[in-house]
Amino acid sequence: MYVAWRDLRFARGRFALIGAVVALITLLVGFLSGLTGGLAAQNVSAVLALPADRLVLHPVGDAAATFADSAIDQATVDAWRTAPGVDRVTAVGITQTRAERPGASTAVALFGLDAGTSFPAPRRDDEIDLSAGAAKDLGAAVGDDIAIAGSSYRVAAIGGDDWYSHTPVVALTATAWAALDERLGGTGQPTVLAVSGSPAWDTVAADTGTTASSPLSSLTALSTFRSEIGSLALMIAMLFGVSALVVGAFFTVWTMQRSADIAVLKALGASTLALVRDALGQALVVLAVGVGVGIALTALLGAIAGGALPFVLSPLTTLAPAAVMIGLGLLGAAVSLRTVTSSDPLTALGSTR
Amino acid sequence: MILLDDVTLTYPDGDARVTAVDRVTLEGRPGVVTGITGPSGSGKSSLLALAATLVRPDSGRVVIDGVDASALDAAKRTALRRERIGIVFQQPQLLPALTAREQLRVMAELGGRGSRERRTAVRGRVDGLLDAVGLGAFADRRPAQLSGGQRQRVAIARALVHDPRVLLVDEPTSALDRARGAEIMALISRLTHERGTATLLVTHDLVHRDALDETVEVVDGRAALVTTRRR
Repeated sequence: MYVAWRDLRFARGRFALIGAVVALITLLVGFLSGLTGGLAAQNVSAVLALPADRLVLHPVGDAAATFADSAIDQATVDAWRTAPGVDRVTAVGITQTRAERPGASTAVALFGLDAGTSFPAPRRDDEIDLSAGAAKDLGAAVGDDIAIAGSSYRVAAIGGDDWYSHTPVVALTATAWAALDERLGGTGQPTVLAVSGSPAWDTVAADTGTTASSPLSSLTALSTFRSEIGSLALMIAMLFGVSALVVGAFFTVWTMQRSADIAVLKALGASTLALVRDALGQALVVLAVGVGVGIALTALLGAIAGGALPFVLSPLTTLAPAAVMIGLGLLGAAVSLRTVTSSDPLTALGSTR
Repeated sequence: MILLDDVTLTYPDGDARVTAVDRVTLEGRPGVVTGITGPSGSGKSSLLALAATLVRPDSGRVVIDGVDASALDAAKRTALRRERIGIVFQQPQLLPALTAREQLRVMAELGGRGSRERRTAVRGRVDGLLDAVGLGAFADRRPAQLSGGQRQRVAIARALVHDPRVLLVDEPTSALDRARGAEIMALISRLTHERGTATLLVTHDLVHRDALDETVEVVDGRAALVTTRRR
């Protein structure tokens, strides 16, 4: 790193420029990651909070099972409940509508399930549990009355920050949910079974004509999540690619400009390993500083924007993209190593500079 | 010392091969400046490249300080250059980002981590050598802030800072006027005698012949000792 540090000092303008580019790309990646995390949480946090090893859906016709279309009849529920290895089956109904109270109205996701699991649910059919988002949107407190599809429910509790398809969750008993769903034009049948245990998942699923996936895998059955996260993930992937290309191009040009110096160093006795270490070390310094600044800016902007946007600031949305940026940047910089390894020290003799 | 023992070097030229060095035997002894002269294209630079272990001979041996370099692989020849050979190029070939002091100190870093003793020894010689070439006051200047003669002095100091047994010098005065050329030649001669290095110096310009202890003329790849001057 002896020459590398001095090159950094000598050509600080050029390295500051590429460092700024890396910082800006990191800011974009970090912000998109935070936004993706925030949007994902607003889309699926309630599904991931369901008490289950696997979530069971019933596909309609030949189409793949989705949360929107799934409807599970009593026979299917009983088949899963009596399957060997099953510890617990919780039937959950999910639908979306509006909830109102004087002066406030908001779209909500209604989750119908009986109390007794880790998922918050009321014990009486005329009560509801509000998620924090729903309570905030409705300006409601425990004991307030909320109207949903013409019926009034008393708020029994205000729980965690559960969301489904960008709407805050309101939990009812299974019976109350079934009645509401029928009033809203549905069948009143539960949408999904939250199953715990260790049965022969594939066999039971095949016997009942259902699908059984882990909560995480089942998210692909939520069409809005698939398209939304797919688009954002594609943007992040493209930014990673751009970052690797930009860093690779910079260090390739930089190393080519230094090829005569490299030939001289080799002629003087520099080992290829020392030169490679020098080049990669230099790239690592530039990437570490650029990515560090980018992540710091992301954290700052995330903290400011977090109140207005669905934004998650966590190691997964900051440190993970930073590590990928550095890894891909080094990969790009590694392209320039060809100039280092192929440089012929013989050219130092007789060359005029 | 350095011994080129019956070395031949050819290189491809279309379908044929051209003989650049033809069965040359040449010895460079400690404390002696051996000038290698000859017309352009005679094989002087090829001889220097062989001596620098930058190319391997087709036949014959290149022995540096008792080690047959022609039998070593590329990595070991690089290490041999790093430890026992100093090279002064036709142009100073200094690194633009480094100060004069750093141009010398970099010689301690060429092998990566290397041995601590060697690095310490090289670093310890830097300021003394800069003084020896008359550049003690210019140690913190970069190449762009030095004159052509000063840059060549730095290059000479760089070639000697790791205390090599062999010093190879390629046309050191080609970019300098006559007065500065004479200074550089005198400096190389003095340092060779003081430090006991075996110096091979390629030049086509015999105007500075007083600095050479003996002269070998190369014509069409063949060499012959033409003069020896007793000191």
